[in-house]
Amino acid sequence: MKHIISVAVENKFGVLARVSGLFSARGFNIDSLAVGETEDPTISCMTIVVKGDDKILEQVKKQLNKLIDVISVKDFVNKEHIDRELLVFKIGVDKKTKPKALRTLKRFGANAIKASADTVMVEAVGDPSHILKMLEALKGFKVKEMVRTGRIAMAL
Amino acid sequence: MKLSGAKIVIESLIKEGVDIIFGYPGGTVLPIFDVLYDSPIKFILPRHEQGAVHAADGYARATGKVGVCIATSGPGATNLVTGIATAYMDSIPMVAITGQVSRSLIGNDAFQEADVTGITRPISKHNYLVKEVDELAGTIKDAFHIARTGRPGPVVIDIPKDVTVLEADYEYPKEANIRSYNPTYISHPGQIKKAAKAIKESKRPVIYAGGGVIISNASDELTEFAEKTNIPVTTTLLGLGAFPETHHLSLMMLGMHGTAYANHAIMESDLIIAVGSRFDDRVTGKLDEFAPHAKIIHIDIDPSSVSKNVHVDIPIVGDAKHALRSLNNIVKAPDTKEWLEQIAKWKKNSPLRYNRDTDSIKPQYVVEQIYEATKGNAIIVTEVGQNQMWAAQFYKYTKPRTFLSSGGLGTMGYGFPSAIGAQLGLPDKVVFDIAGDGSIQMNIQELATAVVNKLPVNIAILNNGYLGMVRQWQELFYEKRYSHTCLKGGCPDFVKLAEAYGAVGIRVDKKEDVRAAIDKAIATDNVVVLDFVVDEEENVFPMVPAGKAINKMIDGMA
Ligand SMILES: Cc1ncc(C[n+]2csc(CCOP(=O)(O)OP(=O)(O)O)c2C)c(N)n1
Ligand SMILES: [Mg+2]
Repeated sequence: MKHIISVAVENKFGVLARVSGLFSARGFNIDSLAVGETEDPTISCMTIVVKGDDKILEQVKKQLNKLIDVISVKDFVNKEHIDRELLVFKIGVDKKTKPKALRTLKRFGANAIKASADTVMVEAVGDPSHILKMLEALKGFKVKEMVRTGRIAMAL
Repeated sequence: MKLSGAKIVIESLIKEGVDIIFGYPGGTVLPIFDVLYDSPIKFILPRHEQGAVHAADGYARATGKVGVCIATSGPGATNLVTGIATAYMDSIPMVAITGQVSRSLIGNDAFQEADVTGITRPISKHNYLVKEVDELAGTIKDAFHIARTGRPGPVVIDIPKDVTVLEADYEYPKEANIRSYNPTYISHPGQIKKAAKAIKESKRPVIYAGGGVIISNASDELTEFAEKTNIPVTTTLLGLGAFPETHHLSLMMLGMHGTAYANHAIMESDLIIAVGSRFDDRVTGKLDEFAPHAKIIHIDIDPSSVSKNVHVDIPIVGDAKHALRSLNNIVKAPDTKEWLEQIAKWKKNSPLRYNRDTDSIKPQYVVEQIYEATKGNAIIVTEVGQNQMWAAQFYKYTKPRTFLSSGGLGTMGYGFPSAIGAQLGLPDKVVFDIAGDGSIQMNIQELATAVVNKLPVNIAILNNGYLGMVRQWQELFYEKRYSHTCLKGGCPDFVKLAEAYGAVGIRVDKKEDVRAAIDKAIATDNVVVLDFVVDEEENVFPMVPAGKAINKMIDGMA
C-alpha cells in the first residue's frame, strides 16, 4: 500500500541521510520526497511517499521516531488529508496546436509560464488524480521535459 | 575561560566522570593526545583499535558506566567499526571519539580521510560531526546523555583536527537539551494493571528475560517478581545473570542452544512475560510456530522492539526496573503448581548433558571446572562459536554483569579485549575469557596490553583445531564437507606465544590436570593463557536447526 509519511525533523545537516537510510537499508524505493522548512525555521518537514508492506512500514515509522533528530512522524494513510504536488514541464506545440494546449491547461488550472514558437512551459498543482487527469488530457502533446516536487500533505 | 578544543574534550570527559579511556593515537588526534599526556584520566593503549573499542565495551558491560574510546581518522576510525556495531546490537553505552581531517579538507580525499559519520550512521545510536569548537562541550554532554539513557548505545563524535586546535569559551552544560529525545521510563499504569490481570489468570506462564533487565539494574525486582508469582524464568544469552541459575524457578537459557525444558516451556506456555528481550530469531526459531498458545506481555524501553517480530497482546513501554516494581506492587500469584510439576518432569528427562565418561577433555568439562573453581563469582567473557555456547550452558550465572558476550553481532575477537576492559573496571574480580582457537587469534595482539598493564586476565582456549561452530553446521547440514574450517597445522603454540608476550602459558591435554591448571591461573598475578586440548568434534546440543520451531531440537531428548 502507498503511504504518505510526514516527518518533522531538526533542520540540521545529516538528517536527510538518516531518514532516507532507514528506507534504503530495507530496499524500499522512495516514490517521492519533499523537504522544506516549516513555520518554525529550526524544524524541517520531510514528506515521503513510499510503497511497501504495512507491517514493515510500521516498523520503519517506529525506527524513524527513534532517530534522535526526528521530532514527530505522521502517516496519512487512511486519514483524511489533502496532498499536493507541483509539476513544471514543457510541451511541444506549433501554431495550430498551441490554442488547444492553452485551453486544456486552463481547464486544469495550470499556468503557461513561458512560451516560444514551439514550446510551452507549464506549472501545475494538484493532487495525484488531478495531475493524472491533466496529463491524460495532454496526451496528444509531446512532453519534452518534466520535473516534479513530490507530494506534500496536511490534515486539518 | 577560553580553552582549546582538545582541552575542552578532556575537561568535558572529566565532567562526565570518565576515569578511563581506551585509545590509539594518530595525526588528527595529536592535539587531544597532547592534553591526555598530563590529564588525570587513566589511558589504556591497546595494540589495535578494535582492542580499544571492545575493551571500552567490556568495561561498560562490567561496570554499567559509559565506555570511552578514541581513534584517529581514516584507518583508526574504520578499525573501530566492528566494535561500535557490536555495542550497538547489544545496547551498550559507549562514546567513541574519532579524529577527522581539518574542515577545509573534508570531502577532498585527504590523507586518512573517511566519512565516519556516514559509515557509522546505521551502527550507532547517534553520531556527530563537530563543525564548530563552541559546539564541542554541548555535543559531548548530549552524546553521553544519549549513550546512557533510554535503550543505551554507542554514540560517535567525529572531531576535525582544526576544531581541536581552535579555542572557545568553555563552560560545561549542566543538562543535555535534546527536544526530540525523550525516552519513556515510566510505564503506563493501565497496562501494568492489564498485565497483572493476565498473570493472575494464567496457568502456564513463563518469564523470558533479556539483557534489558541487566542494563536497567532490575535483577532484584525480577527475582522478587518471579518469587512472588511462582513463575519460572528463562533468559536470553545476554540475560544470563539477570536471574540466578541456581534458583529452583530458573529454566536457564532458551533458544537455538537453550535448554530443552526452557524451549518446551515457551512452546506450551499460555502467557509469556518478556522483559528487556526482543524476540531475536535465535530465540524464536520459526516465527509462525513460536509459542502458539501464548498471550504475550512485553516490557521494553524501546517502542520499536515491541510487536516487531511477534504480536504483543499487552505492550508495556518503559524501564524494566520501574515496570517490574509497579507489577510487584499489585500482582497476585496464579496457581502454577501443576505447571511447575510439568516443568520439573522436562528438567528431569532432558537436562543439559555431555558424555562425562571419557579420558579426553570435553570442553563442557572445562567450563564446569571453571565454575567450580570460581564458585560462580568470576566475570566470564566469551568469544564466539561453540566456546560461547558452552560457556553459556555449563557455567551457572547468579549475578548480573558477570557474563559478557557479543550476542547480537556475534563478533569473534570480542572476548579478550572485552575481558581486559572488564578487569580494568573491576580490578578485584577473577576474569576469564572462554575462547576458541579461532576467535582468540583475531585479537591476540592484546596480550601486550594485558601484560603491560599487569592485568591478571585468564584466557581458557577450548582448542578443538576447528572453527568449531561452523564445522558443526557443516557436519550436520553439509554432509561433513569441512570447507575451510580446519585450523590445524597453522595454529601457533599458544604457550610459547604467551611467553613471548611475557604472559604465562599452560597447555593441558589430560583431563586430570584441568582443575589444577585453572586454580594455578587464578592464583597467578599475570595474564595466563590456558590451552585446553579438547575433543575435536564435540558438538553443542541441544540445537534448534535454523528455521525450525524451538521445540524441534536435535538431541533435546525426551
Ligand atoms: C568476525 C567473525 N567472523 C566470522 C564469524 C563466523 N563464525 C561464527 S563461529 C565461528 C568459528 C569460531 O571458531 P573458534 O573461535 O575456534 O570457536 P569454536 O566454535 O571452535 O569454539 C565463525 C567463523 C564470526 N562470528 N565473527
Ligand atoms: Mg575452535
